Amino acid sequence: MKKIIFLSLLVFLFAGANAQDESKSLKKLPAVSVKTLDGKTINTAELSNNGKPMIVSFWALWCKPCINELTTIADVYEDWVEETGVKLVAVSIDDSRSTSKVGPTVNGKGWDYEVLLDANGDFKRAMNVNMIPHTFLINGNGEIVWQHTSFSEGSELQLIEMVRKLNRGESIDSH
Amino acid sequence: MKTIYRFAVAAVAVFFSFHSTYAQGILEGGRVSGNFQLDAQVYRADSAIGAFEVEEKMRMNSFANLLYTNGNFSAGMRFESYLNPLLGFDERYKGSGVPYWFGSWRNEQFEITVGHFYEQFGSGMVLRSYEERNLGYDNTIRGAKVKFSPAQGVVLKGLIGTQRFFWEQGPGIVRGLDGDFALNDIFDKEGKLKTRLTIGGSFVSKYQPLEEILVENGDLLVLPANVGAWAARFNLSNGGFSLDGEYANKMNDPSSINNYIYKNGESLLLQASYSTRGFGAIVSAKRTDNMSFKSKRTETGNTLDINYLPALTRQHAYSLSAMYPYARQPNGEMALQGQINYKIKKGTLLGGKYGTDIAVNYSRVTPIKKNALSGDTLTDVAGTLGYESPFFAFGDSAYFSDFNIEVQHKFNKNFKLLVSYLNLTYDIAVIEGHPGEEVVKANIFIVDGTYKLTEKQAIKVEYQHLFTKQDEGEWLQFLVEYTFAPKWYFTISDQYNYGNPDKDRRFHYPTLSAGYTRGSNRLSVTYGKQREGIVCVGGVCRNVPASNGLTITLTSSF
Repeated sequence: MKKIIFLSLLVFLFAGANAQDESKSLKKLPAVSVKTLDGKTINTAELSNNGKPMIVSFWALWCKPCINELTTIADVYEDWVEETGVKLVAVSIDDSRSTSKVGPTVNGKGWDYEVLLDANGDFKRAMNVNMIPHTFLINGNGEIVWQHTSFSEGSELQLIEMVRKLNRGESIDSH
Repeated sequence: MKTIYRFAVAAVAVFFSFHSTYAQGILEGGRVSGNFQLDAQVYRADSAIGAFEVEEKMRMNSFANLLYTNGNFSAGMRFESYLNPLLGFDERYKGSGVPYWFGSWRNEQFEITVGHFYEQFGSGMVLRSYEERNLGYDNTIRGAKVKFSPAQGVVLKGLIGTQRFFWEQGPGIVRGLDGDFALNDIFDKEGKLKTRLTIGGSFVSKYQPLEEILVENGDLLVLPANVGAWAARFNLSNGGFSLDGEYANKMNDPSSINNYIYKNGESLLLQASYSTRGFGAIVSAKRTDNMSFKSKRTETGNTLDINYLPALTRQHAYSLSAMYPYARQPNGEMALQGQINYKIKKGTLLGGKYGTDIAVNYSRVTPIKKNALSGDTLTDVAGTLGYESPFFAFGDSAYFSDFNIEVQHKFNKNFKLLVSYLNLTYDIAVIEGHPGEEVVKANIFIVDGTYKLTEKQAIKVEYQHLFTKQDEGEWLQFLVEYTFAPKWYFTISDQYNYGNPDKDRRFHYPTLSAGYTRGSNRLSVTYGKQREGIVCVGGVCRNVPASNGLTITLTSSF
């Protein structure tokens, strides 16, 4: 019985893969429940930036490179928003051990991002995130057009370049 | 259990056949995504540091997730392979297979999941199933889950299943109900009120067939087949203020962990915070008393946990500051934590051009007070109610305390610096289970500077120094990293245990590491020696034995 299920699952997945080649549709944000800092529950499929590009970045308080990435972008964020209209959504995967510390830390650092709490990793799993930082770029139609893991000084330049490309309507190499 | 499993299998099968037969049109919108990770290590024996001969020479952990989504339908599976498990992972993972698969369907009100799933009620004190792949932790539930939202602001959840135990399922059945009510969304739909209040409650029960056991004094104990636990929670926020709390209570649950006492367990978590742009403060307090809750009575390891008890201590990110991480004590602890984050403004004397970030954090964990029951001289006697414990009393000595301060400043466009100091008290005898060992008192200094050579190239230098008279004495670490964004990194580092009281054990642990990233594909290679230590992510810690050799990590998401 077990084998039949796996087999049918596999067949199904391949059928899906073929369908994907035909339609060339891009993956959209999955529908998962996450919380905002003031305790509201929202559906991630409804995240949007009014038709403009959006950056979704997975991070945690215990992740040094993640904090580096968000701090580096914070210095230039105002300019980015003004130039491109981009919005950054910072998804914390801290669990209940430290979710309450996320708000005070974000505010204490003066970050202007939209911050979401994914305390049990549901959004993280639905986005296939393994290691953080993991950053996604979403186009105005809500489709995931680019992603990147890890951060080193200067990586933010590549990210904003992708946003500019998107705004100019140029195609993006999905890797 | 069999019935549930059959039901789940049948439901998935029906769903799939339905889809493939009738749903050609819908199928066109389907998407497959996934990820993959492989960690392989080639081991070299190094008897000096305690790295033993590994017969296989090389071991590997890997997994791949495949996820299919199509509108409101999703299905997924994970293949895992441990050939054989890396040192430090439980040997019972040996083998390959598909321990995780699910099908899920949702509309505006319902979400139904069959197969394996992860879930958390409130802060997790009565139920949390989750995974930390890199620590080998996974207590996923196999069964069925329904989420129902009859009105805006109301979320009801119900679930039933058994938990993963390596390649098998644990013997207990877990049943749970949870309700979450965002009162503003229910009663104040226009959002006139500034104050937001959310309340919630859960009930969880586990079933394991009735069992009778003989304990040391010859008594025959009857262990309850059904054990219930409940929790109530609230979250109140107004502008920058936030107050939240959860209380959990568990009925008598004699187990190996609590030495078969029949006392009820309880736990309380309270947190208050205030923040405004440039300033954030939080205080938290927690009491845990006899709250280990597992779906198998005799299990004592990091498996089959039904609940999660968050540790109220900071998780450190540098290797020496993370050398003595706290591990929560489910049988009883009192914890306090406070943290302040402050940003000295741009354009001031101390803030400079970019501002200065300051973070101060303090936490302290003590045992709970235990008094013997009247008529008894000892506490925790099997078959009794165990002990009496005054709710608000802190134990005398500390299991753990941690004062730390971190200052981060960017001097100019190219140079930034982080300086950190920590003062730790760590009861190694209790936390690591090494009776008789002296409590570790350590001071740690960290300096971390990054200098940008060009727009995309940077050099990072880390200096870490740990001072202690206990355990293995003083440690010093240097690390130099060169990065060429966004693709390359090269790191060279050395940890030196120069203060080990045993002069013959003053070892160096040098490593070389390099990595390449392209989009969401990453390959890293590390060669060198690794000290024995504890790696913690989330709430779980894993003891990693000393090793010497080559490690390869490959990750990819698509």
